[in-house]
Amino acid sequence: MNEHPDKENYLMAGYGWRSWFLTTDHKRIAILYMLSITFFFAIGAFFALLIRLELLTPAGDFVSSATYNRLFTMHGIIMVWFFLIPSIPSVLGNFLIPLMIGADDLSFPRLNLASWYIFMLGGIFTLISILFGGLDTGWTFYTPYSSSYASGQVLNAGLGIIISGFSSILTGLNFIVTIHKKRAPGLTWGRLPLFIWAHYATSLIFVLATPVLAVTLLLMIVERTLHIGIFDPSLGGDPVLFQHLFWFYSHPAVYIMILPAMGVVSEIVPCFSRRKIFGYKMMACASLAIATLGFLVWGHHMFVSGQSVYAGIIFSLFSFLVAIPSGIKVFNWVATMFRGTITFSTPMIYAFGFIGLFTIGGLTGLFLAALGMDIHVQDTYFVVAHFHYIMVGGAIMGYLGGIHFWWPKICGRLYPKGWPGLSALLIFIGFNLTFFPQFLLGYMGMPRRYHFYPEEFQALHVLSSAGASILGVGYIFPFFYLAWSFFRGPRAEPNPWRATGLEWKTESPPPVHNFDQTPIVTEDPYSYEEKP
Amino acid sequence: MHHEAIRIAGPVTTMSGVVDQLYWFLVFLTVLTSGLIIFLMLFFAVKYRRRPGHEVSHVVIEKTGLIEAIWIGVPLIVFLVIFFWGAKIYFQQMQVPAGALPIYCVAKQWMWKFQHPEGKREINELHIPIGVPIQVTLISQDVIHSFFVPAFRTKMDVLPNRYTNLWFQVNQPGEYKIFCSEYCGLWHSLMQGKVIAMTLDEYESWVDRGKKEPMALKGEQLIAKYGCWQCHQRGSTIASPIFDGLYGGKVHLSDGRTIVADETYIRESIVDPGRRLVAGYANVMPTFKDQISEEEILQLIAFIKSLGVSPGPASSEKTP
Repeated sequence: MNEHPDKENYLMAGYGWRSWFLTTDHKRIAILYMLSITFFFAIGAFFALLIRLELLTPAGDFVSSATYNRLFTMHGIIMVWFFLIPSIPSVLGNFLIPLMIGADDLSFPRLNLASWYIFMLGGIFTLISILFGGLDTGWTFYTPYSSSYASGQVLNAGLGIIISGFSSILTGLNFIVTIHKKRAPGLTWGRLPLFIWAHYATSLIFVLATPVLAVTLLLMIVERTLHIGIFDPSLGGDPVLFQHLFWFYSHPAVYIMILPAMGVVSEIVPCFSRRKIFGYKMMACASLAIATLGFLVWGHHMFVSGQSVYAGIIFSLFSFLVAIPSGIKVFNWVATMFRGTITFSTPMIYAFGFIGLFTIGGLTGLFLAALGMDIHVQDTYFVVAHFHYIMVGGAIMGYLGGIHFWWPKICGRLYPKGWPGLSALLIFIGFNLTFFPQFLLGYMGMPRRYHFYPEEFQALHVLSSAGASILGVGYIFPFFYLAWSFFRGPRAEPNPWRATGLEWKTESPPPVHNFDQTPIVTEDPYSYEEKP
Repeated sequence: MHHEAIRIAGPVTTMSGVVDQLYWFLVFLTVLTSGLIIFLMLFFAVKYRRRPGHEVSHVVIEKTGLIEAIWIGVPLIVFLVIFFWGAKIYFQQMQVPAGALPIYCVAKQWMWKFQHPEGKREINELHIPIGVPIQVTLISQDVIHSFFVPAFRTKMDVLPNRYTNLWFQVNQPGEYKIFCSEYCGLWHSLMQGKVIAMTLDEYESWVDRGKKEPMALKGEQLIAKYGCWQCHQRGSTIASPIFDGLYGGKVHLSDGRTIVADETYIRESIVDPGRRLVAGYANVMPTFKDQISEEEILQLIAFIKSLGVSPGPASSEKTP
């Protein structure tokens, strides 16, 4: 079994359960996260499957309305807090940040393990809430419905989210300290990979925004259990206050999902174009600008909530401004490919998918930022389509691209050719077929969270459900060929893609302490022109 | 299968065409920009693909700063145009035209209840005349709902603690679907209704049908029923603000602030009288919360309005 007896890699450092569940190795913790969030993704995807089956017909005939409302609520909660938020940071960030900066681990390895346990505790609360019947508040928990009217497991789900939030906060803190304190000699801020910059910006949001979510949900729980009036007008509260607090977290949370994916794409595109990234400084600044401006746009979720017209104007203006750095990133990726030497490897196919779908997702965001347009499309399937283009088309494409890019590093094995490309193609086609019709549904007026719907919307819903089945098949392939690769795949060299970056300078899989000698950095990132 | 969804492409209201102009501009911009990005990406991917004979370029692109300034500057200008365009429509949608015909709507899980000033009441159906602006004043008696008529390109959330307004002026007679677009619980998706737009003559004869009991008149009866006059009139032994000319006037509060007595303030003073107390009066009024329905509160307000409106601006109608 041990084919490299001379060098012990992190996967072979122990086989007992204690060696995994009590590990403080950031790479093993990343694997724990990967398995956990894959489990949660499967649950969330199962709920999505049931939702799409129900929406095949206008009548609510497959499940009851009570069940349907629970399905979309739990789909949202699981996918947002137990898959998308932790996805790239907790798996790839955890695995790669120390490797990319030439460190042996994060600054606080035990805190890192604690973060995983806290995440799982939050997950257990949420799973309990599902097993005991779930809840039907929508993932947005709008008051006073959630605090005074909804039945079901609101308390357990809320606590689960609050608890998992502490995992985000501690992970963010760990990343920030690590990036400040543990960089290898010569790895100045101007030489950091953009993946690191993206995670630095993401970590700031983790630390600054997540506490607000905890406070908000706690206030909702306090009102629900102790009947202290905060949001419910019949107890003297203000329901719109909840929306302000909730979106103060939940809009930046969108950037928690997309910034790390942008970091992944910024690593993949230069590598498979053999070009230096175009506008490195601007790319790093854009990540920080997105993280900063992202805190000033929450009110664009509330243009028809009764907030003042002037507040709406300001939030609209800032929403357009936050689109500028996102635009810079897209243009710079395309410019990086100019005069490059491009190979169509699996990670690059995912990066193409990301850029295309993120561009459409971002441009349709302009409809929602424009005040007079938003009045019509707010709370319709247009919004549903828009954020799925960002979260599924963007964040999940980025996550899968990253998994395929660093898989040889993580496992020391290669995956087969062919299957991954087919799977990426199915995901791309299935995704567009699922969500593009939803833009049209939204413009035609189909409200979101509808169990029954008027029959003129059926044709587009059928298309959407058909797309979802293709998307689902596309997602199943990687489970098989990656599992095959893990056990049977050909051995990977330390640097199969001939990529720059310190993570490629050590063995695949890396040894327990990452580097035999602390690496010294002497060149700028992405010096691909010298290594065609 | 009837095609209402397709029919809504025409300018059903005075604003729907205006919104659609912006919509089609944004569609054009989205198709153009994403088309350009995706085309360039695929073009580069094919043109510069690794193949025998492909020469590796070592050319370093100069003037990246200038190039980046262009792709910051051009989007910024386009975004500002869209921003002002969208804001202009928003102002028009939020500004109820003077003299609009008022309709009062109480939303509850899971129905829409409408009152016409002349006294007509209906559920899940709203009859309106075409050719005149209609103002719908919205309040919820439980959770948040949202009043959405896709064909009119407008919606507004319905809150349980204060009034919100939306307006539209329909050009064509017909039936237009109303959806609740803010998730409100079990039967959210069945909280639907329809606007029935008819000519002014038809509307007037529809309003005249059946017994007529104007909202203001019912409000006056309620004021007697709940004993409001005992305090709220000149010469009462208990000093209380009087109703004449109250609506739309300035009110000095006991905490030093000055506000305008709009519908939301009058409603709040009925259900939670101590919350924003008028300066110089004791907090002696009992709450009427849970004793008086939202429909009745609207009737009381209609009566107070009928006693005369102060010349000052009424904030809920004149926002911004």
